[in-house]
Amino acid sequence: MYEFNYHKPASLADAAKLLAGEEVKLVAGGMTLVPTLKQRLAKPSDLVDLAAIGGLKGIKEEGGGVTIGAMARHAEVNRSADVKRLIPALAALAGMIGDPAVRNRGTIGGSVSNNDPAADYPAALVGLGATVVTTKREVPAEQFFTGMFETALGQEEIVTAVKFPKPQAAAYQKFKNPASRYAIVGVFVAKTAGGVRVAVTGAGPCVFRVPAMEAALGKSFSADAIKDIAIPDSGLNSDIHASAEYRAHLVNVMARRAVAACA
Amino acid sequence: MAEIGTPVRRREDYRFLTGQGTYTDDINRPGQLYAYILRSPHAHARITGLDTGAAAKTAGVTAVFTGKDLADAGVGGLPCGWQIHSKDGSPMQEPPHPVLALDRVRHVGDPIAVVIADTLGHARDASELIKIDYAVEPAITNASEALKPGAPLVFAEVPGNVCYDWHLGDPAAVDAALKSATRVVKLDLTNNRLVPNAMEPRAAIGDFDRATGEHTLFTTSQNPHVIRLLMGAFVLHIPEAKLRVVAPDVGGGFGSKIYHYAEEAIVTWAAAKLRKPVKWTADRVESFMSDAHGRDHATHVELGLDAQNKFVALKVSTVANMGAYLSTFATCVPTYLYATLLAGTYTTPVIYAEVKAVFTNTVPVDAYRGAGRPEATFLVERIVDLAADELGVDPAELRRKNFIPKDAYPYQTPVALQYDSGDYFSTLDLATKASDYAGFEARRAEAALRGKLRGIGIATYIEACGIAPSAVVGSLGARAGLFEAAAVRVHPTGSVTILTGSHSHGQGHETTFAQLVADGLGIPMESIEIVHGDTAKIPYGMGTYGSRSLAVGGTAIIKAMDKIIAKGKKIAAHLLEAAEADIEFKDGNFSVAGTDRSKSFGEIALTAYVPHNFPHEELEPGLDETAFYDPKNFTFPSGAYVAEVEIDPDTGTLEICSFNASDDFGRIINPMIVAGQVHGGLAQGIGQALLENCVYDQATGQLLTASYNDYAMPRADDLPHFALSTHATLCTHNPLGGKGCGEAGAIGAPAAISNAIVDALKPVGVRHVEMPATPEKLWRAIHQHKAAA
Repeated sequence: MYEFNYHKPASLADAAKLLAGEEVKLVAGGMTLVPTLKQRLAKPSDLVDLAAIGGLKGIKEEGGGVTIGAMARHAEVNRSADVKRLIPALAALAGMIGDPAVRNRGTIGGSVSNNDPAADYPAALVGLGATVVTTKREVPAEQFFTGMFETALGQEEIVTAVKFPKPQAAAYQKFKNPASRYAIVGVFVAKTAGGVRVAVTGAGPCVFRVPAMEAALGKSFSADAIKDIAIPDSGLNSDIHASAEYRAHLVNVMARRAVAACA
Repeated sequence: MAEIGTPVRRREDYRFLTGQGTYTDDINRPGQLYAYILRSPHAHARITGLDTGAAAKTAGVTAVFTGKDLADAGVGGLPCGWQIHSKDGSPMQEPPHPVLALDRVRHVGDPIAVVIADTLGHARDASELIKIDYAVEPAITNASEALKPGAPLVFAEVPGNVCYDWHLGDPAAVDAALKSATRVVKLDLTNNRLVPNAMEPRAAIGDFDRATGEHTLFTTSQNPHVIRLLMGAFVLHIPEAKLRVVAPDVGGGFGSKIYHYAEEAIVTWAAAKLRKPVKWTADRVESFMSDAHGRDHATHVELGLDAQNKFVALKVSTVANMGAYLSTFATCVPTYLYATLLAGTYTTPVIYAEVKAVFTNTVPVDAYRGAGRPEATFLVERIVDLAADELGVDPAELRRKNFIPKDAYPYQTPVALQYDSGDYFSTLDLATKASDYAGFEARRAEAALRGKLRGIGIATYIEACGIAPSAVVGSLGARAGLFEAAAVRVHPTGSVTILTGSHSHGQGHETTFAQLVADGLGIPMESIEIVHGDTAKIPYGMGTYGSRSLAVGGTAIIKAMDKIIAKGKKIAAHLLEAAEADIEFKDGNFSVAGTDRSKSFGEIALTAYVPHNFPHEELEPGLDETAFYDPKNFTFPSGAYVAEVEIDPDTGTLEICSFNASDDFGRIINPMIVAGQVHGGLAQGIGQALLENCVYDQATGQLLTASYNDYAMPRADDLPHFALSTHATLCTHNPLGGKGCGEAGAIGAPAAISNAIVDALKPVGVRHVEMPATPEKLWRAIHQHKAAA
């Protein structure tokens, strides 16, 4: 990796100040950033490590849902009694991310801020209608994820937590990339007070909802109800692992399985 | 004391599992510098300008060397160890393989320059300041495409990119037999390109002792003496006596660490030039683009059968990708390690194979676990299964009908090899019974009720191992002998050091060889030390590949022990005042037959080194013997694998429901280690069948699978429980009766899995699925059938 300045601030205010510089990167779990640095694919001037900042960790029941601190590890979310009780689908999703090493280092804040198009958490956030809490505001998940590796975060803005409302029922179905174990397609389905939500990761450049499926499921919450709802493959990802056509097909299969798993 | 045949726990594992192994990268020499190798980002380009000036002036940099520097210093090119002749008698095309590229780069990863600095970071920083002007040229990565008229030429001097156009067998006899056959089954198939992916990336450290003039190379090698010979004689022109090559603990090879690589020559040469040790360690991406790859064949095969369903002829035409340069043993893999195995386990009377080896703008291809034999087995077992399908007969029965009979050994195949022993019926019986082959249709029907497509697949295999008789390989073009050497050094108190030319890089030699010696000399395992991997210690031996270590290396140890015992008997006869002919050696004691008078092995050893009372007229003191063993023939392990799979038609996802492997490895020394070898081979064979695939972008020649993000390595949860069994017929020409087990799994598994897949997809009319059979491929096969229906 290239040389960089390393900072380990004790407060969010100090961290935000450091972000004012050029080419500054935050380090949460480092599971994407560190390999990128090692391969010299990024050349940040400064790294700001969030590990010493109090208050970013922890998972708590709040307002009937769960609030997960930005520095909570995937393994912690997976094991959390509160998450398992209130949103078991979210605990299960966290247990499908990467491998044990990644789950014990990677954090929810790092994952959502990176917004990898094949990451799992964006599907959960959008599918559950979660809210991203930052140092400056609260942003609904759908407005937070703006494009491939892009979010609504401003330069000096840091994700501090994610608030998940408790759904009536929810399930996540993931078709794993056999090499990386990212999602080739992951579909999160949730029955919520505001209606049914279907969020898809892996298939496109950024997590997206499927309104046609949501409408059909709103009328009849069954796998059969969405059997014939095809996803157009235009704009979907296509690579050596899966064509756009196959991904479009998998969205339907995974959505039906997620609906079935909700029952 | 019967160590042979018992599952002794691996003695080396304590050090490996507690992080106390000494791998090449663990070694650090005083004053060591670090090398970073700048590699081509292009698949094919002319280098029109190369300026290292700025890099050389960077902080911490000691030197920057280019191909011109090496050429000016008289450094030779990397040699190829096996010469193949084409059909017309002409020798293969053997274009130069410079250590560092000169005026042209021929694959992504082709090394261009080396930066040597006080830290790897400084070396790498400096490498980014090297200015290279490239004139990018069209690249060709697919071997079949490279044969087409007008394809870009990898070497201007090699017309049509053809390295050789070789054949084996009688084409007229095969054509006549196919013409008169009742049925001819035809198939086109590819054997996918694989990246070996040893757990330990390659590394090399060069060192030079100015006082003695001795060069030392520490390297991740399966055969340090071969590297010493190739690098010393052909590349750096250093006499063997001044060149020491050490291959310490090595973390996996699978063939990829047989070859002499550029980096070994670079660090050895640079260390002498700079009078400083120089270390190079590959990172994983570098491994993907610089370790020799495996397989990459495209083949057309035709099998003729008579009215009784007996095979009458096999005709094979293969295009083999060599990559951009000839790696050390690349040329023998698709020829003598491939076409000679096309008889498989069958009595096919006439066989003809033609193989075009082709240069492309890809990483060189060489032997990878199985090396030629997986490719042969895959096509033979696929075409046999296809024949059974076309004939509507049971594939197990079709195989039995055509197996070489149990009483036919030694069996001369039409493709040069003579099998010394085997019994394909018994392994097939074991595997089919263990998998309840007879009850399969009920399971298929039950799966169908659940909406799943279930299939069962058989593959039998034969491999030629224990590589190899030197005279035979020499007549076929090998530029090396393939014997093995061992020394048994008995110490004064009776403990023993075994110096073996074989090399362990995961195989457990320190345990297996110690078991051989414990039984052979009647001494405890704790008294035996196995030493390998250092040319300054071990006799000139050829190393480990081709499942040869037990059959060839183990036999060399036995031959050396025979000499020890013979000398011990003479010493015992003297001490016991008996005739040498009356001395018996058993369980570590030399005794006078029919008496209770005896001397222990330890007493004899002490007498040999403290020879106060010793037959000096007749014998030299000491007890230290070396043996070289050149086998009379290859060994022929064989077996039958039965795989059962279930496919989800909605997604194409495949589950391996069961995998039964039955192998004939001859005599087994350590069944636990053998099972481990089979497990590893099966994992790699299943990896090839379902997951692993090296992909190049056809337009640009970029390597698209250059990391584990894109190259799917099999993991534990991709693999089923392996149910193993063995049935031994002994090798007839080595004293152990051992055959070799290291490659079997990788040879037999791809066809077993592929046959199971095609069987599962029979209801949807599928004839063949190329490897790796990814979910999308399987889904498409099913989906297209549905669309057509």
